[in-house]
Amino acid sequence: MATDLRSARRSQQLGRLFIYGSLVALAAFYLMPLWVMIVTSLKSLDEIYAGSFIGLPKAVTFEAWSKAWGTACIGTKCAGLKPYFINSLLMVIPAVILSSGIGAINGYVLTKWRFKGSNVVFGMLLFGCFLPFQAVLLPMAQVLGKLGLSGSIPGLVLVHTVYGIAFTTLFFRNYFITIPDELTKAAQIDGAGFFRIFFSIMLPAALPIIVVSCIWQFTQIWNDFLFGVSFTAGDSTPVTVALNNIVNVTMGRKQYNVDMAAAMIAAIPTLVVYVVAGRYFVRGLTAGAVKG
Amino acid sequence: MATLEIDRVKKSYGAMDVLKEVNISVGDGDFLVLLGPSGCGKSTLLNMIAGLEEITAGEIRIGGEVMNDRSPKDRDIAMVFQSYALYPTMTVRQNIEFGMKIRGVPPSERAKATQAAADMLQMGHLLDRRPSQLSGGQRQRVAMGRAVVREPKLFLFDEPLSNLDAKLRVDMRTEIKRLHQRLGTTIVYVTHDQIEAMTLATRIAVMKDGIVQHFGPPQEVYDRPANTYVARFVGSPAMNIVGAVLHVGADGRAEAAVSLPSGEARISGIPLSDATLKSYQGRPVLLGIRPEHFALTTGAGLDVHVDVVEPTGPDTLAVFSMGDGEVIARLEPFAAAAGERLRLSVKEDKVVLFDPATEARLD
Repeated sequence: MATDLRSARRSQQLGRLFIYGSLVALAAFYLMPLWVMIVTSLKSLDEIYAGSFIGLPKAVTFEAWSKAWGTACIGTKCAGLKPYFINSLLMVIPAVILSSGIGAINGYVLTKWRFKGSNVVFGMLLFGCFLPFQAVLLPMAQVLGKLGLSGSIPGLVLVHTVYGIAFTTLFFRNYFITIPDELTKAAQIDGAGFFRIFFSIMLPAALPIIVVSCIWQFTQIWNDFLFGVSFTAGDSTPVTVALNNIVNVTMGRKQYNVDMAAAMIAAIPTLVVYVVAGRYFVRGLTAGAVKG
Repeated sequence: MATLEIDRVKKSYGAMDVLKEVNISVGDGDFLVLLGPSGCGKSTLLNMIAGLEEITAGEIRIGGEVMNDRSPKDRDIAMVFQSYALYPTMTVRQNIEFGMKIRGVPPSERAKATQAAADMLQMGHLLDRRPSQLSGGQRQRVAMGRAVVREPKLFLFDEPLSNLDAKLRVDMRTEIKRLHQRLGTTIVYVTHDQIEAMTLATRIAVMKDGIVQHFGPPQEVYDRPANTYVARFVGSPAMNIVGAVLHVGADGRAEAAVSLPSGEARISGIPLSDATLKSYQGRPVLLGIRPEHFALTTGAGLDVHVDVVEPTGPDTLAVFSMGDGEVIARLEPFAAAAGERLRLSVKEDKVVLFDPATEARLD
């Protein structure tokens, strides 16, 4: 009996070892590119050209980071990523707020104030989720031209807001549908109107899905390259396009350390958003799955 | 406080008629229960009284005023929902005060009204909690408190007890009755539970397929149901309904002949008007007898063969066959055993007759 128990425990421990071993190995493999990016960005250019790619830097230097941020040349202008980073912020913040806000109202109307054909409207909105963005480039360019917004950050805000609504509406609609209709009825009897119910009752209850919508939109819009490269040029491009330009346009030796640092800088905001709000993200995605 | 008149009210969604001409009228302080199975239109009717659904045709008047085109907030009503519909992100206090805040009641009065409601419903210690921290019964109290502070002309309850467990349901039922006695406000209450209807109502409207089958005081609905549907729906176990043939008895009153395994038996002295008796004489009818109107007897009666016995504690239910079906009699404990032969008398003045074709009660 005792030996049976012991051998059972040993095989259990071996199983555990195998599980954790393979998890660690796969995680390491997955994190490899990030590792290369970090160590490369901390090396001097000479060291990169002299030594290995993966090893730790002999002397840690943040020169590449400050160059990527402030002095790297894009075209003829040598001001680093900073102005484009700010462009991206100016684009992403209003676009996230607008698209999430409109999505919230859409979801609220589509669940609590249904009208004839509201399901058709929802179906057509969903269509927007599956629309390849390449397909809308030309018509959108024409619209922006007519509105006098081509090549500008407000133009990009408009584009991202419009194409974000499909997803944000889907999020909010699927969340609000789990909130009982009786809540709206009770509020109506209490004397609350359309917006009062929305702001006092629905939105406070929708915090998890607001977080999901904001993270999703932030990631999508921040990381977008296609719209950025199509609808802006020169000084108004977002950071993703600027990063591409830094990497592609170099004189002399290719500056791997600056490229890596620039890529990290461009990726940091989305990483920060996930670290800060990731908990809510998972909670929001699973909310509504179980009625509570 | 107010009267409520539902006058030839109809509701249809497209071609589908959900309510077909409903007429109900209750006085000030009445407790009206709309009773029926799911899909009978009772909740739709309640929502129409509340103003949450459009009225297709007819009029709804509260306190004599036509309500058809008034929005819910202008009808001076308060409603308690099945899911309680408490605002999840607000505390109990905020839940109760929300309506008053919108109506512009000053904070000091709000606090006073909330405190009064909390005292009445014994939930003062819950005021700063959120709905998710409350039990089902406590949520129910809060929902009632929210309705009470409004001091409405009319309370509307939409199946308020169906999410509670059996014990709590009985407690809250008493609580609602107490509320009605204390405030004297007219109440409309929707339920599918006939016991709730019987215990609470001063007027019951039994509904089926969008039609009011019977509208009257609970005892009348129980004793003289308008048709076999009402007879079967109200009461547990349901009223026994078996086929019989109507005759004129030796005393000139109605007498029903039913077949028993032991032979034909006659139940005489059934209350029925002479005119009806004349026209139905010799014809088949449906005989309705409540289980408690059977009793053991040593004199004349029905000789039955007990098939199954179900002791409930206070009574014993004896099942036997009679006419074309099975019949349940409510007898005293240990009054019967399975396989036994019994002689039962029937309280003939409580017997109800129905037309076999229309299933309507014969008077």
